[in-house]
Amino acid sequence: MKHVRTIIDKEWAEVFQNRMVLLTMIFIPVFFVILPLVTLYFTGQGMGGNSPADVADVPAEFLAVCGPDMNAGDCMQVYMVNMFLLLFMMLPVIIPVTIAAYSVVGEKTTRSLEPLLATPISTFELLAGKSLAAAIPAIVTGWGSFAIFLLGLPLIGVSPAVIRYILGPTWLLAVLVAGPLMAIAAVNFALFISSRVDDPRVAEQISVVLVVPILAALFAQLAGIIVIDIFMMLSFIGALALIDIGMIYLGVTIFQRENILTRWK
Amino acid sequence: MMIETYQLTKIFTIKKSDDIPAVVDLTLNVREGEVFGFLGPNGAGKTTTIRMLTSLIGPTAGSARVCGYTLGADDQNIRRSVGILTESPGMYDRLSALKNLSIYASLYDVGDVEGQLRKYLQMLGLWSRRDDPVGSFSKGMRQKLAICRALLHEPRVLFLDEPTSGLDPEAARLVRTFIEELRDQGRTIFMCTHNLNEADHLCDRIGIFRTRLIEVDTPQNLRLKLFGRKVVFHLRAVDPAWLSLVGGVPGVQDVAQVENKLLVTAEDPEEINPKIIRALVDAGADVRFVGELRHSLEDIYMQTMNENHTEVAGS
Ligand SMILES: Nc1ncnc2c1ncn2[C@@H]1O[C@H](COP(=O)(O)OP(=O)(O)OP(=O)(O)O)[C@@H](O)[C@H]1O
Ligand SMILES: [Mg+2]
Repeated sequence: MKHVRTIIDKEWAEVFQNRMVLLTMIFIPVFFVILPLVTLYFTGQGMGGNSPADVADVPAEFLAVCGPDMNAGDCMQVYMVNMFLLLFMMLPVIIPVTIAAYSVVGEKTTRSLEPLLATPISTFELLAGKSLAAAIPAIVTGWGSFAIFLLGLPLIGVSPAVIRYILGPTWLLAVLVAGPLMAIAAVNFALFISSRVDDPRVAEQISVVLVVPILAALFAQLAGIIVIDIFMMLSFIGALALIDIGMIYLGVTIFQRENILTRWK
Repeated sequence: MMIETYQLTKIFTIKKSDDIPAVVDLTLNVREGEVFGFLGPNGAGKTTTIRMLTSLIGPTAGSARVCGYTLGADDQNIRRSVGILTESPGMYDRLSALKNLSIYASLYDVGDVEGQLRKYLQMLGLWSRRDDPVGSFSKGMRQKLAICRALLHEPRVLFLDEPTSGLDPEAARLVRTFIEELRDQGRTIFMCTHNLNEADHLCDRIGIFRTRLIEVDTPQNLRLKLFGRKVVFHLRAVDPAWLSLVGGVPGVQDVAQVENKLLVTAEDPEEINPKIIRALVDAGADVRFVGELRHSLEDIYMQTMNENHTEVAGS
């Protein structure tokens, strides 16, 4: 455990010295908190007491999600909120990818990988240290931004019905369970790529493709093809858990001292 | 024995059917407390050998024991007991010297971290710069820091991959003096170098290597083996008759004339020189002075490489 902590400590010491990385890690969450709040503020206004069925912009499939205690404005907000749910799920993928993608190939290019691998740290400890160093900030920022978002909701006058909806099982599962699982998958994927390529930029670009499925879900929901509900969230979490186990297994098998030191392609 | 290798071989496979033999059948022993110099041209496989002996990469064939631990079976113990100065220092530039070292101290499970950091940073004259980011260090300072890093856990065997390459003469000298100190403390050192004077000066034994081990011996014996011992007689003028005169002295193996000098090869110059001098003086020669011709290690290296050129190129 001590070695894992040392690696985490080292990764953070390096990452947080890098202004660009630090800025991304602050800017993206701030943006992801402000954007929903501002949008909700404006959608909430001007849509008084019409019944939800009058809201033409909301796909029909979606109306089922709105409870009987919601008016049209509330329902519109719930619809919007579900879009932002996907944004909050994107956070734990975007944040760690920059750190993890750089993590191994970066050390290759600065030649610090060889002395590091010469120490008695076990390969698993090294992998765990590097994964955690990237996953922890992602999970913390994910949860932190969600908390700030929650605190901001009453301030912009969102109705209790909508807040109850956000604090319902779908959202909580998404932020508290799916987010960290996605962070773990993203980190392991990025580390895997990072130990296989010879250029940090390539590693980052490849790793960012992870965002594609989430964007796809976002557009599918916009188009009314899917509606994220509790059942979908549970299936998603189940799938993520399997993917995580697979990624970690793959990482441990492939992450061998000799391979990451001498294989450049 | 601190290092024992038996037919150690490493073959890199880049593509299928495209094999690069980097090290072939290396059999070598290095005693405790010995400073062993590993000489060879670029691409000879020196770094590859060090990487194998520090358990960074696995051999394709053959076996080795380092500090009594078997390569491949006790890798963790090998890593714990050896120190390595890698070809490039590979420091974390954004972090301070102290931070760089403390990361390694922790990974090597050093007991008295603070004491060890202070000891080695002071020894190599980096203590006052300890809080500066390594990115602001000169090449020589980085190299010194990397040497500190290799020593923090007091390894029993130290592997140095070209410790003075790229350093200015002063920095190189400082590093050499430091290696001498380590030698005097009785540490076992295995060093690769291209600097032949350095090897001559520092190493107890030298291995000349190009994919295969070509020669191993003390610098002194390598000289003898390759060139015999030569004595130069500086005369005022040389009478050609003196060549056969000197050649006739029992024990002389060869005589050659170079300008006003006679170059004599003999096995036991201490015994034979007085006889030669007497013969020359009796024949009327003016002997100005007499000296031993010392071949530099560079001569030895070049000679060995040339002799083995065809063989290795063909293998
Ligand atoms: N990771 C690798 N993959 C493929 N071939 C390699 C690899 N590392 C080294 N080689 C090959 O092995 C041979 C020996 O390389 P090595 O780095 O051990 O030489 P060296 O003696 O240290 O040379 P130098 O004096 O230039 O440092 C070279 O032909 C090199 O191309
Ligand atoms: Mg080398």
